[in-house]
Amino acid sequence: MNLLSLADLTVRHGQLTAVNALSLDLAEGSTLAVIGANGAGKTTLLRAIAGTLPPATGTITFDGHDITRTPAHRRAANGIRLVPEGRRLFASLTVEENLLAGAYRRRSGPWNVGAVVELFPWIGERRRQSARLLSGGEQQAAAIGRALMGNPRLLLLDEISLGLSPVAVQQLYQAMPNILATGTTVLLVEQDVSQALRVADRVLCLLEGRTVLTGAPAELTTAQIEKAYFGLSGSHT
Amino acid sequence: MIWVNAIVQGLLLGGLYALFACGLSLMFGVMRIVNLAHGDIAVLAAFLAYSTISFTRVGVLGATLIVLPVFAVFGYLVQSGMLSPALKVGPLSTLLATFGLSIVIQNALQQGYSADTRALNVGSLVSASLHISGQISVAYLSLITFGLAVVVLVALQLFLSRSSTGRIMRATADDPEAATLSGANARHVYGIATAIAFATVALAGLMFAMQSSFSPSIGPTRLLFAFEAVVIGGLGSLWGTLVGGMVLGLAQTLGAQYNPAFTLLAGHIIFLAVLAFRPQGLIAARRTA
Repeated sequence: MNLLSLADLTVRHGQLTAVNALSLDLAEGSTLAVIGANGAGKTTLLRAIAGTLPPATGTITFDGHDITRTPAHRRAANGIRLVPEGRRLFASLTVEENLLAGAYRRRSGPWNVGAVVELFPWIGERRRQSARLLSGGEQQAAAIGRALMGNPRLLLLDEISLGLSPVAVQQLYQAMPNILATGTTVLLVEQDVSQALRVADRVLCLLEGRTVLTGAPAELTTAQIEKAYFGLSGSHT
Repeated sequence: MIWVNAIVQGLLLGGLYALFACGLSLMFGVMRIVNLAHGDIAVLAAFLAYSTISFTRVGVLGATLIVLPVFAVFGYLVQSGMLSPALKVGPLSTLLATFGLSIVIQNALQQGYSADTRALNVGSLVSASLHISGQISVAYLSLITFGLAVVVLVALQLFLSRSSTGRIMRATADDPEAATLSGANARHVYGIATAIAFATVALAGLMFAMQSSFSPSIGPTRLLFAFEAVVIGGLGSLWGTLVGGMVLGLAQTLGAQYNPAFTLLAGHIIFLAVLAFRPQGLIAARRTA
């Protein structure tokens, strides 16, 4: 059964059409990586799903309900959690308080502070520190932990590798199997294509707000992805 | 001994100022709203209590227990009906909105109650005092007010640091959109913050009205004192607000002891000195509240 369906979704930033008549279905428990160059509409797509950016046309269906007009805070309470671009931790709160803030309106499920600490063990000794003292990779891990605290059915990850060292990126992606093991459906947006291909069971390449390529990572050749990513072929699938 | 007495009275007066100021501090900390109607809300509460006592058989305590929840609800409604929509337009529009509210309250009170001064009758409590030594005696009402201020500030601090709602309130103050992504309805959170602010300033207004006479036009002076207490203590720190209130109260009573004409001037000078030499306030904020 599809957990999330987008039908003909169009999202505009003023005059610019960032997402253009996009349709996609996401099965429960699957992992979809959305790749594409800067400005392809990836972040806009996630924000529209999370509800912080209203779409111009089209519908968003989550778990069989039309949520196109549902406010963002209700979507979060119902299990759609976005880890936003730039982490956006609460700077005046401690690391633990950031996690607890994520549990403000939570579904029941396996995630709690203890489970997040098990996922990212360093949080244990630094839970009382201010979130602003964390390194970029730690902030990103804490932001993911905060989202997990709501026990999301759909986890939206926006460029979690952005601005991080390769080691930090690797550590974050090492945690992915544990997150996926809880049955959470994941939609991740990445510029780091190799990381995305490794964790996803389906890839969607966006170009100027449209889907130009989709398939399982194993079925796609590097040449195909490169063409779609940079828009060289021009052949829309 | 006269000076020791002035110090004691000044510190106790500071409790009242802190009680006035904590709601102002909370609204600014959470929503970046400077509520220019803050003092008028306190006066409105005093008049509502005055009428409640006149028209029913309840005493001052009963009226307080009625007025505080009414003002909490009033605060929630003002926030969600007027200030939250104004916030979407920009910070200047919230300033204009609260300025408008201030004028409306003042004029409505003038219309309804005339410009006469009144007082809340607390019976013999108004003059009862605790004799400490020959020249020092403190009024029970001052002690009660100070005690209430400390209780309110401690409760507010615990609410913000320990409760789930308080935590999400601080989170919303940091980053409203990120808080929304955790399931927080910013409009509701803001409504709760304003409800607390209105209830605390209503309590301050009642405590003031039990000790001094009041009229519809005194709101802006109360706002000024509250504002000075917040700035002296340091924005975003509740303990700073208490310290700021006490420093302001101290300056005023010591100024008055020297020469009654210096009462207000002494407070304003301390306020300006803090702005000039320590703009972050005496107690720097450890966290936004």
